[in-house]
Amino acid sequence: MNKIKRRKRTEKIFLWASRLLSWSTILILVVLMAHILIEGTHYLSAGFLNNFPSRFAAKAGMKAGIWGSFWLMVMTTLISVPVGIASALFLEEYGIKGKIGKIIEVNVSNLAGVPSIVYGLLGLTVFVRYADFDRSLLSGALTLSLLILPVIIVASREAIKAVPNTIRYAAYALGAHKHQVIFGHVLPVALAGILTGVILALSRAIGETAPLIIIGALAYVSFTPESPMDEFSVMPIQIYNWAGRPKAEFHQLAASGIIVLLCLMLTMNLIAVIIRHKSSKRMNL
Amino acid sequence: MNRNLQTKCIGFGIKFLLGACASFTVATTIGIVVVLFSETSEFFSQVPLFDFLFGLSWEPLLEPKSFGVLPLVSGTLLIMLGSGLIAIPIGLLTAVYLSEYAKHRTRAFIKPILEILAGIPTIVYGYFALTFITPMLKQIIPSIDVFNALSGAIVVGIMILPMVSSLCDDAFSGVPKSLKMGGYALGATSFEVICQIIMPASASRILAAFILALSRAIGETMAVTLAAGATPHFTLNPLESIQTMTAYIVQVSLGDTPAGGIEYLTCFAVASLLFFITLVMNILGQRIIHGIGKKGGQNS
Amino acid sequence: MNSQDYVMTIKDVNIFYGEFNAVKNMSMNIEKNKVLAIIGPSGCGKSTLLRCLNRMNDFVPSFSIKGKIEYNGKNILKSDPMELRTKVGMVFQKPNPFPKSIYDNITWGPKIHGHDVNLDQLVEDSLKKAALWEEVKDRLKSSALDLSGGQQQRLCIARTIAMKPDIILMDEPCSALDPKSTIRIEDLISELKNEYTIIIVTHNMQQAARVSDKTAFFYEGELIEIDSTDKIFTKPKEKRTEDYITGRFG
Repeated sequence: MNKIKRRKRTEKIFLWASRLLSWSTILILVVLMAHILIEGTHYLSAGFLNNFPSRFAAKAGMKAGIWGSFWLMVMTTLISVPVGIASALFLEEYGIKGKIGKIIEVNVSNLAGVPSIVYGLLGLTVFVRYADFDRSLLSGALTLSLLILPVIIVASREAIKAVPNTIRYAAYALGAHKHQVIFGHVLPVALAGILTGVILALSRAIGETAPLIIIGALAYVSFTPESPMDEFSVMPIQIYNWAGRPKAEFHQLAASGIIVLLCLMLTMNLIAVIIRHKSSKRMNL
Repeated sequence: MNRNLQTKCIGFGIKFLLGACASFTVATTIGIVVVLFSETSEFFSQVPLFDFLFGLSWEPLLEPKSFGVLPLVSGTLLIMLGSGLIAIPIGLLTAVYLSEYAKHRTRAFIKPILEILAGIPTIVYGYFALTFITPMLKQIIPSIDVFNALSGAIVVGIMILPMVSSLCDDAFSGVPKSLKMGGYALGATSFEVICQIIMPASASRILAAFILALSRAIGETMAVTLAAGATPHFTLNPLESIQTMTAYIVQVSLGDTPAGGIEYLTCFAVASLLFFITLVMNILGQRIIHGIGKKGGQNS
Repeated sequence: MNSQDYVMTIKDVNIFYGEFNAVKNMSMNIEKNKVLAIIGPSGCGKSTLLRCLNRMNDFVPSFSIKGKIEYNGKNILKSDPMELRTKVGMVFQKPNPFPKSIYDNITWGPKIHGHDVNLDQLVEDSLKKAALWEEVKDRLKSSALDLSGGQQQRLCIARTIAMKPDIILMDEPCSALDPKSTIRIEDLISELKNEYTIIIVTHNMQQAARVSDKTAFFYEGELIEIDSTDKIFTKPKEKRTEDYITGRFG
């Protein structure tokens, strides 16, 4: 009897401990968000979105970073998405048998785990220096593309794997060639899942800071980029710049910047969720 | 007949194109290795390997220069251990709660919260550490530095805890239901089933989860750059200001170091070490997960 | 029987999955415009052989085959499978329409092969031949996945017919359907044989007796007996056939 009581007590303690810790994650998120909102709303205004950085906190804005991030994302998307989807299609549908195939798979998983700062150094050496693109949007986009490529590939492969084989067989039974099966059926069906993965990868890219610092994206910028070869800044770097200054008002500016950044990311994630939801309805899954 | 041949040629062309794209990933890895290797060998032509790996003083920018990397390594280690101490218990117990105790609705609520925590950019965490956590810590421990390892460790811990939780959750799902049910049928409590059946059965995958999460902690940059400091010194005291390997590289990049100079090369040497450590940990973690995956598949 | 009335001949075929000999020394002739039913207990190699006739087994990793299967004067095992499949169609056990509209399901095959036809007419003809036209003629653009199981299977038949094949292979086409849909499809098969040659694998002996002209009995990878359906079900020559028919095993 005693033993059962003891076991029940242990059970209860354990349950409450794990319950507490799990719910504490919500507390952490709430505190984090609250702090940022409290600090950040002071300087948040239309002016903030439209101004360039300045020594005077009241006049400072994140316009350079916003546009820099925007163009950077556009270019990164144009580069990484086609290559990523094509790679995933190749790896899933054609596949390479045996050892080489395994090596490529392991390779992609490992690349996904390489610290982003290493990609920065790679970009610095290959794009900024060797290819002579200097500290341009192009260098930044290429570097970020390499960074998120493994993420896109992994997500796309999952979506492609989820396409039921029965569809492929039905298509082959009609005498279709492999590429006709892929582009006529596999890709259209996997597209929603791929898009979701792509959007999530891009929403991660928009918050990347370290690799861009290394390839030379600037912190104090008073212009918006006008061509792929222009120098640029991005939102996270401007946030970092402000956060690193001793004065409290710049900390508040940093928080304002964070609010803008997080809103953008939230929008992107919501779009991804909506796409995922709509597609599973259509596929009767 | 002609049309069939035409289609075949198109098929060939497409296969080639797609394959070329896939080879980009291989090219990236080769690129990383080549770049790191060439610059690092240049570095080691000027600085002895022994001094680098075992030196206790890191002062590459000012005279008298010394290139012992251990202070940076200890800084990174502090962050890794500290974040692990936070992320591993919370992540593990959260995974336990979500997979064994929580109702469906609770799980559907907490999982997205974890995903959000995982998705927040590291710069935001750095800001949070600097402007919230450190002041709070200062109230509890007045002797703490403005920049300190503890603050960075806490925040990195929060960052990697969703990863621990989700990987452990996967580990638990991999345990065949029949094993669990056998335990419950014998009148065991959930605690006993979890600790004595589920965890031992998924022990290697749980270990892999920890390894992968810690590897991510090591590679963490902006949070520690903002919060943990820029003073490399060899210490295990979390209340002091330190510098991690990643933060050092950022510091140099923000400065005006000429290409090819020794300071420039130090970035690559440190990055090589960082790359090597995370690579080993990642391979180890992946090996464990995929190795066990096959065995588990046969059992169920 | 003249060899010209055989649309396909199978000669000394041995099929392996890895080391396992799934079909042994199989020789068989397929008569034109007749329905051939292949019956036998589970695992006897019926579906395996069927899938060889349009080379769908190529997709199974451990698969290998020896022997000859002749169609149109060529050994299909050595010629282009894509072309073969345009002439030898297949209806699968579980209906597998594409997640597209009914119209697009039918036109996809002919389109990729560049068939020069009036697509609207083709869709109407195929659906009529598959006894589905009346039910869907007003919603050709709606999703195929909205149809019932039986309708989906008839759509798959229509899709196969749209390719204008010579032979239609059916791998237990009714096993996932309700009795009413099953009867509809069986009636369909009797009509279709006027234009096409049909080979149907079935677990259901009564079905074989209802729809087929000839029946082949497989057992453990071998062809035990093949004859007109009447004879197989009333006076089989082999004891094993008789035992299976009368339900002593299987």
